[in-house]
Amino acid sequence: MSALITITILALLLLYLGLFKAKKALLPVALIGLMVALVLSLMEWDSNAAPIFSNMMLYDRFAVAFSGITIFLTILIIALSKDYFERISSNVAEYYALILFSLAGIILMVSYHNLSMLFIGIEIMSVSLYILAGIKKRDFASNEAALKYFLMGAFSTGILLFGVTLIYGASGSFDLEGIKQYILKDPTAVSPLLYTGITLLIVGLSFKVGAAPFHFWVPDVYEGSPSLISAYMSTVVKVAGFAAFLRLIMFSFAPLQDFWIPMIIGMSVLSLLIGNVTAVYQQHFKRMLAYSSISHVGYMLFAIIALNGSSDNAVFVYAAAYSVATIIAFGVLILLQGQVGNDSFDSFNGLARKNPFLALTLTIAMLSLAGIPLTAGFIGKFMMFSKALSSYHIFLVVFAALNAMIGIFYYFKVIVAMYFKEEDRKELIVPVYFKLVLGFSALVTIALGVYPDFIASLI
Amino acid sequence: METVSQSIQGIPLNHYILLSAIIFTIGVIGVLIRRNAIIIFMSVELMLNAVNLLLTAFSVYWGDASGQVFVFFIMALAAAEVAIGLAILTMIYRNTNSTDINILNRLKW
Repeated sequence: MSALITITILALLLLYLGLFKAKKALLPVALIGLMVALVLSLMEWDSNAAPIFSNMMLYDRFAVAFSGITIFLTILIIALSKDYFERISSNVAEYYALILFSLAGIILMVSYHNLSMLFIGIEIMSVSLYILAGIKKRDFASNEAALKYFLMGAFSTGILLFGVTLIYGASGSFDLEGIKQYILKDPTAVSPLLYTGITLLIVGLSFKVGAAPFHFWVPDVYEGSPSLISAYMSTVVKVAGFAAFLRLIMFSFAPLQDFWIPMIIGMSVLSLLIGNVTAVYQQHFKRMLAYSSISHVGYMLFAIIALNGSSDNAVFVYAAAYSVATIIAFGVLILLQGQVGNDSFDSFNGLARKNPFLALTLTIAMLSLAGIPLTAGFIGKFMMFSKALSSYHIFLVVFAALNAMIGIFYYFKVIVAMYFKEEDRKELIVPVYFKLVLGFSALVTIALGVYPDFIASLI
Repeated sequence: METVSQSIQGIPLNHYILLSAIIFTIGVIGVLIRRNAIIIFMSVELMLNAVNLLLTAFSVYWGDASGQVFVFFIMALAAAEVAIGLAILTMIYRNTNSTDINILNRLKW
């Protein structure tokens, strides 16, 4: 809980630092504050947690693990922001504060025990992100991304709220425990309002995580937003949305599996198909990453389809592997866009000769996203597939394996361009912060792939 | 207060559900077919207000105040969203002199 308070105070502190023109201090203060928040949140590791604040929140191991990983990823992303916001505007303190406010919303989203907290968490996160998507005020793509994200976000909030209302109407409670008790009382005779409510709630949350068929805003928003914000949206926000989704279903709706499993299977299959097939045709790296993020949502939905006690763990490992690799990819993308001004696959030609370090880390990231053994991505995929197999969804696993092969094709396009296509180019200048983040993330990816035990049974 | 609750309860719950569902559907259709960003925005507000109405009705029928508290949260959120949304619209209007969302199609494929 103290992590949430720390992050909120940190955001206000940064606003004051901006007011008093202490620009040099912004990045170090943000990083140190987030590390303090990370330590504070890990210290609350407690297997017998009880709901706090009149049952509004529950800071159990699930919440600690997911707030830990989101804070950790935010540290990596903020470290990449050195000199990034200065190029956009001179008022940089607000951007850091907005990122931290949205992180505060995310902490609420992963630790709620009442649907009103879920709603407030999602909104604190989204409202900050609407602004962040549009911070390049003169850039047309950024404008368009902000408006699309805003309209889609507000629309999906409406749907989500209608779902919450119908569930309240059926069960008389916003509390997850209360809803569960209502369903358990007589699972065969629950009110039809509840089924409609669950459907609308699932639709609203899939808008937020970007699962097909509610994914159409994802590529446009990720492409138009500033790359650093896209990195934040496709890692931290996606992990948080998924954690919220999983928490809701694990806590309350597990007894009604027969009703929602077909919906989730449909969404998973569509996400895999649309994400992977469309990614093959992309010419630009950033848009390819957006489609690949849709396909990874498809894999993560496997944990919900095969729901049991260890689903949270599988999602945790997969989300960690996916996010760390994506941060490397976006880190290289930011350097490339800043110094070459283009992110098509051709602009990667010959990168390995001039920048062997960048090429190596990006290769590790791509291998991890494709799910090649000895990287974290393989462990994540392995856990997801074995979960789906353990609940006898054999066709689903075969389909996902086929899609993983398509994935290898487009991820390797980047590696082929870097290593096997020659082109005269200038060396990219890599700042120290980037070297640290990229090197560290690559190490984490390999370490998790070689020795997965220490996070594989964490929660 | 008692009389307000009683008069709300005088109408069957199904009527409230139907009314809210109709208003909500009007909002959804508005979002899907209108091309002016401000009208889309108004349709979203319509959806939120349908939710508010239904929450109040359920709250009275359950005799539980938490539904009405939730309505306050939604109102606060709607106000925050108006502030952000109009700021984004102003920013776009400055660049394009229009609030039609059809010109916002430069990002595709």
